[in-house]
Amino acid sequence: MNGVQPTAAMPFDAPPPEAAVPSKPGRSGRGVLQRALRHRSFMIGGVLTLLVISAALLSTIWTPWPAYEIDLAHKLNPPSAMHWLGTDVLGRDIVSLLLVGARTSILVGVIAVGIGLLAGASLGLIAAARKGWIEELIMRLGDFTFAFPALLSAIMLAAVAGAGMVTSIAAIGIFQIPIFLRITRGSANAIWAREFVLAARVAGKGKFRITIEHVLPNILSILIVQATIQFALAILAEAALSYLGLGTQPPQPSWGRMLNDAQSLLFQSPLLAVYPGLAIATAVLGLNLLGDGLRDLFDPRLSRER
Amino acid sequence: MSQTANAPAARAEPEPLLLEVSDLVQRYTLPRENLFQPAPQVLALNGVSVQLTAGKSLGVVGESGSGKSTFARTVMALETPTSGSVKLLGRDLHRLSIDELRRARCDFQMVFQDPYGSLDPRQTVARIVAEPLTAFGRVDRAEQRDRVAAVLKQVGLRGADLDKYPHEFSGGQRQRIAIARALITQPKLIVADEPVSALDVSVQAQVLNLLQDLQDEFGLSYVLISHDLAVVEYLCDEIAVIYLGRIVEQGRPEDLFNRCAHPYTRALLEAVPQARPGRERQRRGTQVIASQSRGSTGCVYAGRCPYADAQCRSVVPVARKMGPDHYAACHHAETIMALPAVADELR
Repeated sequence: MNGVQPTAAMPFDAPPPEAAVPSKPGRSGRGVLQRALRHRSFMIGGVLTLLVISAALLSTIWTPWPAYEIDLAHKLNPPSAMHWLGTDVLGRDIVSLLLVGARTSILVGVIAVGIGLLAGASLGLIAAARKGWIEELIMRLGDFTFAFPALLSAIMLAAVAGAGMVTSIAAIGIFQIPIFLRITRGSANAIWAREFVLAARVAGKGKFRITIEHVLPNILSILIVQATIQFALAILAEAALSYLGLGTQPPQPSWGRMLNDAQSLLFQSPLLAVYPGLAIATAVLGLNLLGDGLRDLFDPRLSRER
Repeated sequence: MSQTANAPAARAEPEPLLLEVSDLVQRYTLPRENLFQPAPQVLALNGVSVQLTAGKSLGVVGESGSGKSTFARTVMALETPTSGSVKLLGRDLHRLSIDELRRARCDFQMVFQDPYGSLDPRQTVARIVAEPLTAFGRVDRAEQRDRVAAVLKQVGLRGADLDKYPHEFSGGQRQRIAIARALITQPKLIVADEPVSALDVSVQAQVLNLLQDLQDEFGLSYVLISHDLAVVEYLCDEIAVIYLGRIVEQGRPEDLFNRCAHPYTRALLEAVPQARPGRERQRRGTQVIASQSRGSTGCVYAGRCPYADAQCRSVVPVARKMGPDHYAACHHAETIMALPAVADELR
């Protein structure tokens, strides 16, 4: 795009004219939006994710049938005008269960990723800023947590604290910490090696202010992308724990529990397992595509032509 | 130690010496290679002493790995030296408390080599340039913007550039932003670590002229770190040639260019590429990169020096006065000085 500039024509001492780099109003906001709209996986992921989120939001104000209402007279109904996707073994409306299940998944995902992100990123930033034995200690503790199988720690937690949504949130959240810890430490270290951090030190800024003002803003996009992908994993983990009976407990609906319930009836009404499976797949696929799209959009090589 | 105690008193009276670096030693410990041997060490600076009067500029030249950048960082109090002291206006920077040092940083600022890496891509020009001010958190926003706009004008940028981001500027303009950031506290000393080596030759001239103009206007002093002798000659009143952490020769540019007294300086001068039409191309002799590890005796340059003899390999040469303000650390300085000047061919 940028052709050869007639540099020889301008006097040496004059400040370079404005035309050297095309100036855009603000921070190339329009460009990002346009690229986002053209980015296929970002758009598909965004739509799928929005679908799941709106389902969860919708369930707080309206469901076709009360999700907890047991109606044994209409159990295992096939899809009909009354029950769009039929009813389960207790006569509960499948659509309503899926909607409320979305709420459970998102709740668990948000809180668990929130725990992981908050704790992992803070510890990672501290590790990168402090170096030395503090960094070593934090990272080895992270390794220890990481090496421990997530499922095992969830079972252990369930055994100690009792199975339930809180337990599964805690187990998933703790498992997320070392992932965020590592990615934060790694990218923060890269920022600490940059010259603008040195410039901030020359200006007299301390480690805390450099972390808040320079390091965090520069790694935020990486963290957002990772959080999106971890969100998908958290939803998957919640479904797995609920399926095993360690997560969300009945009667609260959850996609994992619905799978568990459907398992014993797999030959009588196989569709019962397909619906929650599709819901889980939609959420996970949507978040993963969204994460990929965000990564592309945030990529400095694409967003900032040097 | 005693100087720090009476530093406030010393500050009141006129102090001709702006910067006084004495016997600076910086030793780095490398990662251990062998469990049973002591970790290897590198002497990045091995007893460097320089003095700089206010309004003058010092150039520090040397090849990569000679300790130039370590010198800059130590002078900027970004690293604590193993031994030796850096005194700015009579105060030993490395003995100040964190708070005192933070306040003292107003007086000395730095310009970095890479105009792309030294500006935070996620901050506006206004925030970047105001950084040395906000580090103290005492200036209100309106005044801060005024000061940034004023200093941007001084470096040849426009006030309208305040709210742009670094990626909207060219390399030369970015370096101007970096210079504006260094200027905003009205420092007395600016340490510039290869300030133009990342720029195009034409832009280099612009930035060097800017540095010169600013010096004339504000009476700044520069410590200019460079591998380019021409750049240093243009801006500096004195040049220190540094090799493996030692100053091997020091003097005014004309002394160094016309009557260099150290074979290393001569090698640097000869290494300047010259366009001589019709002349056959000549390969340069391969340079042995000597190690900076301790344990070696004699002159550090002896391994590469064509004039080295037994004395050079056993006795460390001390800096000798070769003329007014001209010092060289070489046993054969007189021989080298008698050689025909390289500089004649240069111009």
